[in-house]
Amino acid sequence: MARNFGFAPIKGRVIDFDRNDKRVFEYVLEREPSFALCIGCGGCAATCSAANFTEFSLRKLNILIRRGENDEVRKIVDRCMLCGKCTLVCPRGVNTRNVVFLTREAFEEFDNYAI
Amino acid sequence: MPFNPFVIPFNIGLYFIILYVVARGVVWFRDLPRTDKLRMQRGFFGRPFILSIKEIFMEGLIHRKIFKVNPVLGYMHMSLAFGWFLLILLGTIEADIFGEKHLNPPYKAIFFRFFNPDHGTAGLAKHYGFLMDLILALILSGLLIAIIKRFWSGIVGMKRTANLKFLDKVALTSLWLIFPSRLLAESFTCGAYGSGSFLTGSLGTALAGFLPAEIMAYPFWWLYSLSLGTFFILLPRTRYMHIPSEMFLIFMRNSGVRIGDQYGSCADVQIHACSSCGICLNVCQLSTSADITNIQAAYFVKGLKREDDVFDIALNCLMCGRCDEACPVGIELGPLRMIHRRAGDPPKDTMSIWSGYLRLRNQNIQDNGESHITAFQYLKPQPVKKGPEVLYFAGCMTHLTPGIPIAMRKIFEAAGIDFDFMDKDGSVCCGRPLTLAGKDREARELIRNNSDAIWRSGAKTLVTSCPICYKIFMESYHLDVEVLHHSQYINRLIEEEKLKLNFLNKSVIYHDPCELGRGSGIYSEPRRVLIHISRLGKSNHEKEDALCCGGSLANLKIDRRKITDIVSDVVEELTLSNPDYLATACPLCKKTFGKADIKAGSEIKDIAEIVAMAIVSEPPEAIELKKRTKLEKVSL
Repeated sequence: MARNFGFAPIKGRVIDFDRNDKRVFEYVLEREPSFALCIGCGGCAATCSAANFTEFSLRKLNILIRRGENDEVRKIVDRCMLCGKCTLVCPRGVNTRNVVFLTREAFEEFDNYAI
Repeated sequence: MPFNPFVIPFNIGLYFIILYVVARGVVWFRDLPRTDKLRMQRGFFGRPFILSIKEIFMEGLIHRKIFKVNPVLGYMHMSLAFGWFLLILLGTIEADIFGEKHLNPPYKAIFFRFFNPDHGTAGLAKHYGFLMDLILALILSGLLIAIIKRFWSGIVGMKRTANLKFLDKVALTSLWLIFPSRLLAESFTCGAYGSGSFLTGSLGTALAGFLPAEIMAYPFWWLYSLSLGTFFILLPRTRYMHIPSEMFLIFMRNSGVRIGDQYGSCADVQIHACSSCGICLNVCQLSTSADITNIQAAYFVKGLKREDDVFDIALNCLMCGRCDEACPVGIELGPLRMIHRRAGDPPKDTMSIWSGYLRLRNQNIQDNGESHITAFQYLKPQPVKKGPEVLYFAGCMTHLTPGIPIAMRKIFEAAGIDFDFMDKDGSVCCGRPLTLAGKDREARELIRNNSDAIWRSGAKTLVTSCPICYKIFMESYHLDVEVLHHSQYINRLIEEEKLKLNFLNKSVIYHDPCELGRGSGIYSEPRRVLIHISRLGKSNHEKEDALCCGGSLANLKIDRRKITDIVSDVVEELTLSNPDYLATACPLCKKTFGKADIKAGSEIKDIAEIVAMAIVSEPPEAIELKKRTKLEKVSL
């Protein structure tokens, strides 16, 4: 029905911080404390090698991990080439490369030992 | 006296260790791949065997390489190893010549003095006794240094010494007890019978003066036998397993067996051949500059030996290769770490039977279920320009130091080379960072994408500005085009006289990037280029001994602040002579050097940038003349 009108009601989008799965965030933060220093300036996203070819933004990824929107993260985290440019440009000294590496590791771990 | 019960501990230990080493050797050989078995079989009947004997003598006994690094440390190792070897050899000969009969059991030679207490008072036997005492004195002097080193490591010039665990400490104590107890046992016996030479004889006489020497001797003979027995029984579980393993490793290496890229017999031998001598601790910049002291090669190998979880240790390393160069045993430490990075966390069910005396290693690569992942599906075939024979690949890091591609473009144009800038709109990563993180499968996808573009372009030469890319181009791409680092390419342009350069009259210190120097063995070309255009000076760390800038992509775990600590030390060290330029050939080194405080007057430059500055620009009249002649030709 809705399709016929050329527009549709916007799907409700509520992020429930109490119910979201923060395990990945905690896993990363515990092993790479510098993750907490991110100010979301987007320098990493601007220099990213992968972003040149596809939709991949480390800044967005950081926010998604913090919010615990792991399904979104899972979709894009493998696109990173780990080239390390983001780590070099980060003004806050976040070891961004390790953040991506740990996120993947966290998914592997939680997927294998699902709670 | 034919036999005495005190020799029993020694005998048990000795026969145990002989059987154990033989069994271990057989297991190691059995687990080798077929090709390596053939290599070793061929080696056994050929030159490698003779070379190995020589190397075992030079490295295993004399410790030549340790002598080169540190004479005091070398003397310590030499006196213990070579001295003990001589003591056993000459002791056996002594027992054979002067004993009651020939071909005695080993205990007769080791405890010769006990069974022949009044031996060696005159003639040849006396001189021989002098020799034996001399060797014992040699060992004891080494032992003294070892004890001093354990408590005050600074005295022998070591900044740090390897930390030990409980069993190591027991074995170390028993090793330390062996020689003093021998000295005291022999001295008491000699004192009681009035025999012995300058050491045992005089000490014996002195002790016999106020002690009941004959009664005192017996417990020390027991102690001597017990410490030998304990040492032999514990040997397989401690770092002293390096003694038989190193011999096996030397023969393996001379036969052409290498560690490869997965766990196997060769890796196991190498792990056991580490003596925890601690030389790697002193060359590791993480320990000397950044105060990270638990990840060095000695600890990594020790962790592997104990089957601890060393995955984080494996990742926390710059992979600069300084420890590989320094290791006196020649363990392939870099490849060993790479194997572990690839394997990930070790499977927990790796079995240790007999609590570590023999272990069954899982020989196969774990299937971690990643084979289906195609992470880089978004990569489309790269657009290529057909025609130019030279392809320039800047690499990701070079895009962060735009001065380098600009300089390269200037160089290409000055030399009149038709080239294509392959990744001018941003590169697909070469794959080396993924490889270094142990993600070989994913790296393979990037390699495929880049190789495809290189092949389709039809270029003959691939020039890259980044040593990281260069290394993987050489190792894993299997391209049929010539791959050159820009320093090699510029050197060739100069040699072929395509590039005309001015002499800059600036003083330059060259820093060898790890991946280009130790990683790929390219030392001379960048130096030749720099000598051509500048006054190239020498730093205290040249070629194999070059420092790492600290920014290496290989280390995933290092804190950014620690990198600043490392690079500050490196820059300070390299700019001691106040050079005009601190030159490097790696964009990542250049970028990392930027973090340090640089002394006024020194500037960080890539080799390409210095060359670009030296390019002879033709005077405007000449260009004018050229244009005119061209116009005249057209008008004609």
